This record gives sequence, C-alpha cells and structure tokens, in this order.
Amino acid sequence: VASATAQDLTVSGKVQESNGSALPGVSVLVKGTTRGTQTDAEGNFKIVTPANATLVFSFVGMTTQEVAVGNRTTVSVTLLNDNKQLAEVVVIGYGTQRKKDLTGSIASITTADFNKGNIATPDQLVAGKVAGVQITPNGGAPGAGSTIRIRGGASLNASNDPLIVIDGVPLDNSELKGAPNPLSLINPNDIESFNILKDASATAIYGSRASNGVIMITTKKGKKGDVMRVNLSTQASVGQRTGQIEVLSADDFRALVNQYGTGTQKSLLGSAVTDWQKEIYRTAVSTDNNLSVTGSVKNMPYRVSVGYTNQNGILKTSNMGRTSASVGLTPMLLDNHLKVDINVKASTIKNRFANQGAIGAAVAFDPTQPIFSGKESYGGYFEWVNADGKPNTIATRNPLGLLDLTDDKSTVNRSIGNMQLDYKFHFLPELHANLNVGYDISKSDGNRFVPALAASNFSNGGEKTVYTQDRSNKLLDFYFNYVKDLTKDTRIDLTAGYSYQDFLNTTTSITKDAAETKIINDSPYKTQNTLVSFFGRANLNLQDRYLLTFTLRRDGSSRFAKDNRWGTFPSAAFAWKINEMEFLKNSNVLSDLKLRLGYGVTGQQDVGQNFAYLARYTPSTATAQQQLGNTFYTTLRAEGYNANIKWEQTVTQNVGLDFAFKKARVSGSIDYYRKETTDLLNVVPVAAGTNLTNEILSNVGSIENKGLELLLNYNAISKEDFTLDLGFNATYNENKITKLTSANDPNYKGVLVGGIAGGVGSTIQIHSVGYPASSYFVAQQVYDQNGKPVEGVYVDRNQDGKITVDDYYHYKSPAPRVFIGFNAQTSYKKWSGGFVVRGNFGNYVYNNIVSTSGVLQAFQGANNSLANVVPNVNVTQFATPQYFSDYYMENASFLRMDNLFAGYDLGKLFGGRTSARVSATVQNVFVITKYTGLDPEVSGGIDNNIYPLPRTYTLGLNIGF
Amino acid sequence: CVKDLDRMPFNEVTSATVYNDPAAYRQVGAKLYAGLMLTGQQGPAGDDRTKDIKGMDEGFSSYLRNYWYLQTLTTDEAVIAWSDAGLPELHQMKWSSNNPFVRGFYNRVFYQIASCNEFIRETSDVKLAERGVSGTILTDAKALRAEARFLRALSYWHALDLFGGNVPFVTDNDVVGSAPPKQTNAKDLFAYIESELKAIDSELVEARKNEYARADKAAAWMLLAKLYLNAEAQGQGNRYADAATYAKKVIDAGYSLQSKYDDLFKADNHNSTEVIWALAADGNRSQTWGGMTFLCHAPVGGSMPASSYGIDGGWGGVRVTPSFVKLFADPSGKTDKRAMFYTDGQKLEINEIPTFTDGYAMPKYKNITSAGKVGTNLTHPDTDFPMFRLADAYLIYAEAAARGAGDKALALDYVNKLRVRAYGNTSGNIAAADLTPDFVLAERGRELSWEGGRRTDLLRFGKFTSSSYLWAWKGGVKDGAGVQDYLKIFPLPSTDLTANPNLVQNAGY
Repeated sequence: VASATAQDLTVSGKVQESNGSALPGVSVLVKGTTRGTQTDAEGNFKIVTPANATLVFSFVGMTTQEVAVGNRTTVSVTLLNDNKQLAEVVVIGYGTQRKKDLTGSIASITTADFNKGNIATPDQLVAGKVAGVQITPNGGAPGAGSTIRIRGGASLNASNDPLIVIDGVPLDNSELKGAPNPLSLINPNDIESFNILKDASATAIYGSRASNGVIMITTKKGKKGDVMRVNLSTQASVGQRTGQIEVLSADDFRALVNQYGTGTQKSLLGSAVTDWQKEIYRTAVSTDNNLSVTGSVKNMPYRVSVGYTNQNGILKTSNMGRTSASVGLTPMLLDNHLKVDINVKASTIKNRFANQGAIGAAVAFDPTQPIFSGKESYGGYFEWVNADGKPNTIATRNPLGLLDLTDDKSTVNRSIGNMQLDYKFHFLPELHANLNVGYDISKSDGNRFVPALAASNFSNGGEKTVYTQDRSNKLLDFYFNYVKDLTKDTRIDLTAGYSYQDFLNTTTSITKDAAETKIINDSPYKTQNTLVSFFGRANLNLQDRYLLTFTLRRDGSSRFAKDNRWGTFPSAAFAWKINEMEFLKNSNVLSDLKLRLGYGVTGQQDVGQNFAYLARYTPSTATAQQQLGNTFYTTLRAEGYNANIKWEQTVTQNVGLDFAFKKARVSGSIDYYRKETTDLLNVVPVAAGTNLTNEILSNVGSIENKGLELLLNYNAISKEDFTLDLGFNATYNENKITKLTSANDPNYKGVLVGGIAGGVGSTIQIHSVGYPASSYFVAQQVYDQNGKPVEGVYVDRNQDGKITVDDYYHYKSPAPRVFIGFNAQTSYKKWSGGFVVRGNFGNYVYNNIVSTSGVLQAFQGANNSLANVVPNVNVTQFATPQYFSDYYMENASFLRMDNLFAGYDLGKLFGGRTSARVSATVQNVFVITKYTGLDPEVSGGIDNNIYPLPRTYTLGLNIGF
Repeated sequence: CVKDLDRMPFNEVTSATVYNDPAAYRQVGAKLYAGLMLTGQQGPAGDDRTKDIKGMDEGFSSYLRNYWYLQTLTTDEAVIAWSDAGLPELHQMKWSSNNPFVRGFYNRVFYQIASCNEFIRETSDVKLAERGVSGTILTDAKALRAEARFLRALSYWHALDLFGGNVPFVTDNDVVGSAPPKQTNAKDLFAYIESELKAIDSELVEARKNEYARADKAAAWMLLAKLYLNAEAQGQGNRYADAATYAKKVIDAGYSLQSKYDDLFKADNHNSTEVIWALAADGNRSQTWGGMTFLCHAPVGGSMPASSYGIDGGWGGVRVTPSFVKLFADPSGKTDKRAMFYTDGQKLEINEIPTFTDGYAMPKYKNITSAGKVGTNLTHPDTDFPMFRLADAYLIYAEAAARGAGDKALALDYVNKLRVRAYGNTSGNIAAADLTPDFVLAERGRELSWEGGRRTDLLRFGKFTSSSYLWAWKGGVKDGAGVQDYLKIFPLPSTDLTANPNLVQNAGY
C-alpha cells in the first residue's frame, strides 16, 4: 500500500496527441512501482509520486514515453503515434504491404495471439481467432489436423481447402501418405504469423488456387543487431477422454438378449463384464521440447531451432513422434541492396497409427464377453468364431485384438525450403528484383503388419503392406517490384512477375500376407502436374486517403486440355481511409475508419485428377486380371474423360469497414461478402452410353456463399501491471447451390453424397439446387400420440401411396449458419491468463451410431454373434434399422471452451539474462450442447465412431537467456 | 517453361498410343470380359479412381452381382437378410426409379456397352489396317471384335429383358462425349440384337474351339435361343421354333453333361464339358467383392461350417423361400441331388427376412474342387460362373417343344437326361405327358436355381407379378401378394432421366 510521505509530490498534467487532441485512458505509472492511474476524459491525470520519480505514459497504438518528474508538479506529455505499429507490414502474395494500406480482407495473427497448450499442428494455433475461418478438428488422433474452410466452401467436388503458403512456398494440398495430415510435419513453434487472405482482391494474385482463400504462414526470423538469445521450452501434457458413447451395460445387455433373443443367441451370452470403451482408451502423456537460438552475426541475422514432440493418443497404441529442425538466415548484402531470405525446415515424423476400427468395435462388442478367451488362438483375444472355430468374418472383432495386433507404422520426412533474393537496384532503389526458388519434398515409408494369427486378417494369412511416397515439388518465382512515393502522401507500388510450380508424386504400395508368400495387392502410381503463371499488381495510395489495388493473374495448368489451359483472374479493390479526411482528422473518437470495396475473380484447378481431360487407358493390378484361355491378362480399361474440362471460377465481392475508437479502446471490422462459383467442377451422371463412365467431372452448376463477418477487439484494461484484452468474432454464412445441371430440370433431385455406416453404399446427404451443399436428405418420421417414433412409418410427402426415396426431403445441413469465437487475455503483474471459446450454431449432425446400434436387430450380430446396442433402442424399440429417418438428425450447435491458460513470469533468474516463464493450459475444457452424441463437432456432419477429442492438461516451462 | 504444361500420364497410356503395343488388343478385350464380374482396375476393390462404376459401393457394383440381385432376389428363389438402402425393396417388389441396385445394374449395362463400342471402334478394319496389324494379331483382334459385339448384344438383351428395351441406344458410331442418345424400344432393340448375333456368326470362333472363358459361336446361338424363347413374353411374337433351332445347334455342337451336378458349381468347374461359356473367377488373380465372392459367401450363415465350402466365413445373407423348396418333392437331397439345402438350425418358413435362420440355406456355389480340395484363396473363390450351359439348352428346347415348336420325343429325352443325372438313376424320369410348359418352368427352377434366370422365367409364364403364383414376402406381404404389372420391367434410373432429356420413363413409374 502506497501512502503519501513527506517526500512525495502530487503531480498533475495533461496527455495529448500530436494534433493537440486530448488522450483519455492513458496509463500513467510510477516507474518501478505498481502505483498508477489513468487519464480522464479530458486527458488529465493526477498522481502522487516520490521525488525524482519517473512516470511512464503508455497507450495502445502510441509510443510509450518515460518522463523524469524531478520536482515538478505539472507534467504535460504529447504521445506520438507508434510508427513501428503503423509501419507494420503484412505478408501478402508476392510481397508485403503496410497494414494501413491494405484494401483487402486480411486477418493477421501473430505469436502472441496463438492458441496455447499441446498443439501439434499449425492450424490449431488460430482456431476460433478469425472471423470467416472455420477450423474443425479432424478428431483426436496424434497429429490429426483440421478441416479449414474460409467463408464456406466454394466448390462441391473440387478441393475446398485453402492454399497454404509457407515463407513464399505454396504447399501441395494432396495427401501426404503416412502422415496424419500434411501440416503435421510443420512445427508450430517455428511460426511467427498467420496472414489469412479472405477476399478475392487479396487472393486473386494466386489466381487458380485462390477460390478458397490463402493462408500465408511466416516463420520466425532473427533480427539484425540482435544479441544471441537462446529459448528453451518444454511442456508435458496429459490427455484424457471426456466421456464415452453410451451403450448398454453387461447386465442390461444380458437382460435384452434374454428378452428378445433366440435360444441360440441366449447361449452366446458370456459371463464377463467388460467396458470395451474403457479398455481401448488410456490417459495419454505427451511431451514437447523446443530449443531455438536467434541472433545476428555481423549482418547475418539467424534463427536455428530444433524441436521434438512426442504425442501419445488416448486410443491405445496411437503415437506420433516428430523431430524438426529449421534454419533461417536473413542477411543483407551488397551495401544493403540485396536482401537474402533463406529458410530451410526439415522434419521427420514417426507414427504408429492405431487401428481406428477399434472405436466402433468397442461400441458394438458384446459387453458380456471377456477380453481374453483363455485360449491361444487369435493372440488370446476372445473372438466370435464359426462352428469350425475359424473367425466369423463379418462379426465385430475384439477391439483390443484390433489395436494390439495391428502394427501400422510410418516414417515421413519432409523438407520445405526457399531462398529469396530481393535486389534493390543501385541506380534505381525504388525498383526491386525478387527471385524466389523453393522446394517442398517429402518421403514417406509405411509398414502395416497384422500377424497371421489375428482374427481380423485370418483368412488372408495376416497382412504386410509396405508403401512409399515421394513428393517432389519445385517452385520458381521471379518478380519486379517498384515502389515510389510520388509526393509526401501519394505512393505507387507496382509488381509484375512469373511463377512456375511443379508437383511430382510417386507412390507404391504392396500388400502381401504376413508370411509374404503371396501378393494381395500391388498398386504403384506416379503423376505430375504443373502450373505456370504471370501476375501483376498495382497499388496506389492517393493522399494517404484513397487506396486502389489492381491485380491480374494468368494461370496455365497442365490439368486441362490445350484449349482450356489458360485462365485470367483479375481483381480490383478500393479503400477510403475516412478518418484521414479533414473533418475527422482531429476526431477524439475515431482513430481509424476505413471503408474497403473489393471485387475479384479466382479459380480452382485442383480437380483431384491430373488427366481428367485426356483419353487414356489404365492397367489393372495383379489382383484384377482376366483369364482368357490359360493366361491371366492385366487388363487395360478405357477411361471416361471430359475433353472440355476447365477452371472453376469464383467471383467474390467484398465490402468491409475497419474501425477503431480511441476512448472506448475498441477496434474491429465488419465485412460483407458474396462469393459465387460458376462452371462448378461437379461430378455428374453422364447420359448412359455416351462416355466410358457413369459419372464424370464436368463444369456444371454454380454455388453461392454470402456472409457477414464481425471482428471486435476491446482493450478493456491497459495498465502496466494489469491488462485485459477481449476479442470477439462472429461469422454468418449462407451456402446455397444455385445450379447443378446444364439444362434447368426441376425434377432433378441432385447428387447423393455423405456415405453412412450400415448398409453398403447408403448416403444421407444431397447436393440440390436451392439448398446448402450436403443438405441432409431424409424421410420424415411419423410419431405416435406418445411421441414415440413409429417404425418404418414415414410421411408420404408426394402422396403416391408408397414410401420410397421420392418421399425424402431436405433437412438442414452440417454447416453452421453462425460461428463465433471469443477470447480473453489478461495479465496481472507477473501473472497472465486467458481463454478461447468457440461456438457453432445451426449445424446439424446425423447420429449414425444411434441409427445403426439403436435397433433390436443390431444385437443379433452377424452369423451367431452378439453385438451391443445403444440405450436409444429402448426408446424407439425399432426392430430393424431405419437409417433414413429424420429421427436421427440432431441440432449440434455448441459452445466449446477450446483453451484455458495461466502463466507466471518468474522474471530474471541468475542475475540478469535468464528469464523464465511457467504456464498451465487446459484444452477442450467443456462443451455446451444439446447434441446427444459424444462430440457435436463433426466435420462433414455424419457422426460415426470418430477418434474422440481428448481433454488435455499441459504444464510448460519457457526459459530464455 | 510453358511447355511443361504438356504433362502426360506415367501409369496410364493415352488412347493415341495404346495400340502401338499389339498386346493391347488382348488386354482391352480382356477388360470387356472382366467387366461382367470384376469391379475395377484394382482387385478386389480400390478407390474412386480405380473402380468402374462411380457413386456406388464397389463390391455392390459387379455386373454379375447386380444382375443376380435383380433376377433372383425379386423371386421365390431368394431373400436376403441385409437392410442396405434399396435392397429390401427388391424382394418386396417396391422399387422406384431411385433404387440404387436398379441404377447400379443399368449403369453396368451401359458401361459395358460403351466399353464394347470403344473397342469395336478401335478395331475397325480401317484402324487395324492403318496400324499395319497383320498375321495372328489381326486374326485375334478380329475375333475379339466379334466377341465385343457379342458382349454388347448380351448387355442389350439384358436391357431388353429388365428395362423393357426402352433404353438409350448407342453403337460404335457414337463417339465418346457425344450428345445424349435417343431412346429405343423393345421392337427395334430385339431386331438389333438378333441382327448383330446373326452378323457375327461368321466371325466368331467355332463352337468349343475358342479359349476358355471366351465366347464362341455356341454362346451367340445360346443368346439367340434365349432371345427367341422370351420373344412372345416381350411382345415380339411367337419365336419358339427359332428358340428350338438355336438350342438344337448348341446341343449338337458336342457338349456333354457334367456327370455330377454339384461339380458344375465347384472351384474346378472350368474343366466342365457342359459349360458353353463361363465368367472366370480366380482366388488370387481376379478378385472382387461382387461376383463369385458374393455367391459363395452370402448364402452361408447360421450353423453352416464355412470351411466345408472352402471359404473363411459366411456373410449370412441369402436363403430360399418355402415356395422354392416345394419345387422338390423331396427336399432332402437324397433323391434329387439338386436339392442342396442346408436345414440344420434353419426354419423352412420366413418370419423375418433379416433373420438368416428363417428359410433354408443353399450352399450351391463352393470354393472346393470336385476332388475336395480348397480353392487358392479362402476369401475369393476360384469357382467360375456358368453363364450358359448345356442343361439350359436342353430345357430351352424342351420348353419350345412343350409349347409346340419342337420334337417332343427329343425334348423328353433331354429332360430325362437331366433327371437321370439328378436322381442317379431313372427313378425320376418323366413320361411324355408330363412334359408341359409348367413342368419345364419347375424343372428350370430345380436345374438352374440361382443361375440368374428366375425372374425372366417367371415373367414368361405370367407368374412374376400376378397373384397366380405367390411366395413368402412377395409384394411385402408375409404370405405373398400379387403386384401391379408395371413392375414386370424395372424403371430407368432417375439419374439417367436427368442426364438424358430424350428419355421417357417406363409406364407406371
């Protein structure tokens, strides 16, 4: 408690901006103490200080100023705009741009804002942080990534994934074999910032790959003049499952079988009590260690890092170990005219994939059976067998047998690197020539082994699959950039360049029996595709008030026939910095007000196949030969093709408003967007007989996404020893298919999608005109007067007296109408803390687990076996599966606390250079939802035995010296 | 580096260069045969890239399996336990134009036709001459071309039989990617199939002289016999005499009955002297989840010992209805060995279709050789599917004769040959007076069960939809009920009605 003493002075004064306007809310602190105050609405303050104290004046967006009071009693201060912040640059396609000059919709997130805890892949760093960007985890397996959707999906059958560019190298979006997800090879600890380009004026410079947005990832770098600094971080995590799928207990199951089962079925009941879900999961301990050294040797800033992550999954046997290393060198040569940026990242992951079939098997396995049979057969595991003692091939397999007897391992090496040379001409320093040469190579080796004794592969004599993949992607970009300040506040920035990227992918996979006596499958594959592009951009800044951006890209892709090979993708944007207008320049209220208008055309060439346009023949594998006479022939199949296939095209319009209020310390933005994709790459049925396939990828149809994004940041408390920042973002997105067939056919129902378990080849979703993509397509359940669904009775919606597929109707969609993110970060003295909450609203899920296991028939497992059922069977008492009943549709809106953390700064240790920080994080803290399944967040909307997301507790220590 | 955009595939060959290697004629020709059984270029199943029929589970998409589904599950011959969407509708006779199996079969038929058209185009005399093909390769290519025309005629016959002939019509004159084709009709399609089969008679290899699993003249005669036998039922006039003529040509070509009936359906049935044309299966080299893998596994369940059938386990799916069992005076198999029922733990009556033990099981196809040896693979059988066999030719002739268009005495002799084989002696022989059309229908049921022709047979006798013959769960009713006549032919799938505006749906759908 500070009390005034004889030596104390009462100091008062006023804080103002350089234009003379008063600054309210400025933090005024006596240096070296916790004594402080804030300026009032007129910018005035009053504080009691010791003599000869120093006052620290700080305000967000302004340069912090220290003033020695001496024996003065009045101190007036003018705070200057923090030019560093104003000069802040944002990484955009082929270059950077001053944040204040942006015309497009770009979200920028840096280290300080990243999510914390046990984070294995980069995408998880920014989940819930950005309006318009939905990041849905693909389950809880170690290294499992996320499904990233920026402003809804622009496509139906082509990829909906954004383009990811790391340090200027666009990554290959295709499958990385043997890796839980391609991004799992990138150590999140090496990442400095995410810049997410959302609207076409920002993305169109990437032309044919930009329809789904672009994520620019920049890794950490050393800075010129830095002294060497070593940073060591270590953390340990414990993951636990958050619950389990409710199934009948052993006693309840016994009672059910005794009530409904036949004599044979009753005789199959065992006497054990096994909670299979408890048996397959575990508490999983993971560790993550990172060491980085940053500094500068003469003119050579560097950063070198190594990291080792070992993640155990909560499903037994699942594990991922990643060793990563990165080197970044950013020297300036030739008298600061040549800027060199060299980045090399390399990593190795070693995976053990759990047999995820165990998840569903644990739900369905008879709880009255023991884990072990007491016999030696099948590894000792209890298995359902036929009369002859051989495994019943279509009964549920012992979940632990599946886990323990599957040894599925892989090693994946990936290296991404580039060297960027930026030369500022000696005779014309405004002109830069920029050369970027990069690569993204990976090598995967996988080995899956199931011993011959395992019940799961008994008839094949076990399995030994050896697979490899080599991806080799090359990149060359070259561009000129000319920046000139024509007057004090008028500037032009011109860029023109060329880009070449080539993707080569070679895979092999040979499956044999465990003894390697016969080949079960052998499928080698090699493919290549290439992109060649020319691009240009002009940025004009007039009077620092009006900003104009034009971009143009011309892309050539090897995926299309010669006549359709080239596409042109223009964009234009205009921004008006309203707060720079005379009438607002001296505003006490506003510190920023910018209106942005953007329009652009982007494309999509990732059609999933490289030669869809070409007439070609495919050979069969050794296991799909045809006998003619006494010889078996490898057959040649004439492939269906569409010679006319071309770009999918997306036109995006964007209206945005950026704002910041001084007094309220609120900043944010609102964006309205409309994206329409035409010439949709769509797999459509072909008129029978006209092609060598029944469905073909065609440019047919269109889809529309409209939405509103809101981002708000509130700097609620800003004192030196107490800060509180709140961030909120919300997105409303409306997705609608507007056309699907070339001729307008009102009778056309659409394309069935969304395969479900139970019933081979059954689907639950449909792409239909007038509805969101992947809308559910279900039969309308009829209920009795007690509200109980009546088995097999549906509303005859077309009133033809029969219940067929023609009575199915469209019901909701898996995509949320609204999704939000809310985060808070606070610091108090040496403590810090925060949380991230994420929510989806209006998203629906088809509960496939209940629809398959919630029927009486389900307990009568195949061929004299038993299978457990879910308690819902007692509610519906359905005898046979009613897969298409809308009874199984559930509102899966939710609010999830993703992340809760606290940290404590130990300060300087060992007298000086050493600093340390400890932290504790909980991930997946809670979920509020009405959904009855395990987790409402189901990518794709069909809940069926997904690797559950664990709740993870992490303790971390960070040491720097 | 704009030239780098001219990438070419590595694993695949382009159509422009594929026939630079003359071995390609056989490889592409082999695919046309494979198309009747296998499901894609990766066995037993691959991904969207490798499977033939898109948008359908690969195992379900086999030509043979879908044909068998539509021809067998819709009759007294079988019920299936599974509840895959659209599957129960088949036995209940409640299918609509959105039924996945109707669509699956239709897509198979036209995939096969389009593939045959492509091969016929690429083996035209002009193209063969352009490529300088000569000698044995030329002879072989031309024989394969005739076989492709046979296979195309076969699929069009299926389209005539199952879809009433009101289907899109494409030939080798229609190039890939052409405009949606016009719809044909039963009359024109009938005439086309007839003319094609007659036209290739001179080009096909002599009966019994072709390589195994390839079609020869006898296969084409057999198809003509079937075309004529069903002509009247399809509204194309009485052609029983032609049916008899072509059946006789087959019979006189030198085939002989397999001495033991059940050896026809075993893993070494490629040695059979009775089989005119078979679809070849092989445990290790020709794998699919459709075809014979389905036919060997799906009928095994309950207490049936899977290993006795040379397989690793049953799928607990298919059984016969009581009406089918009643075709046999003695279903025990002790007198008529064609009664191959498994009854231990199985009830005759079918109370619940999803319960495997309701209804007798029938392990007809086995992955065991006639010598009792297990096939080369426990999952995928070596057992071939007999598409056409001598017994069928006998019964076609017998039926034509019973309908007044053949030599009745000869017909009686043919039928009794089958009876002697079935009974092991003459105790089952029938008298001339017994040889009625209805007897032949029942005999076809006994002799040719589960060989894919039951629906066609019942249709010919007016028993498929009417209430004159009922079986368990016909029309979705436990004791069976007649259904409307429009169900005699299947609907065109709604997907093709959308894709092809020239098409008009079959009446009633």
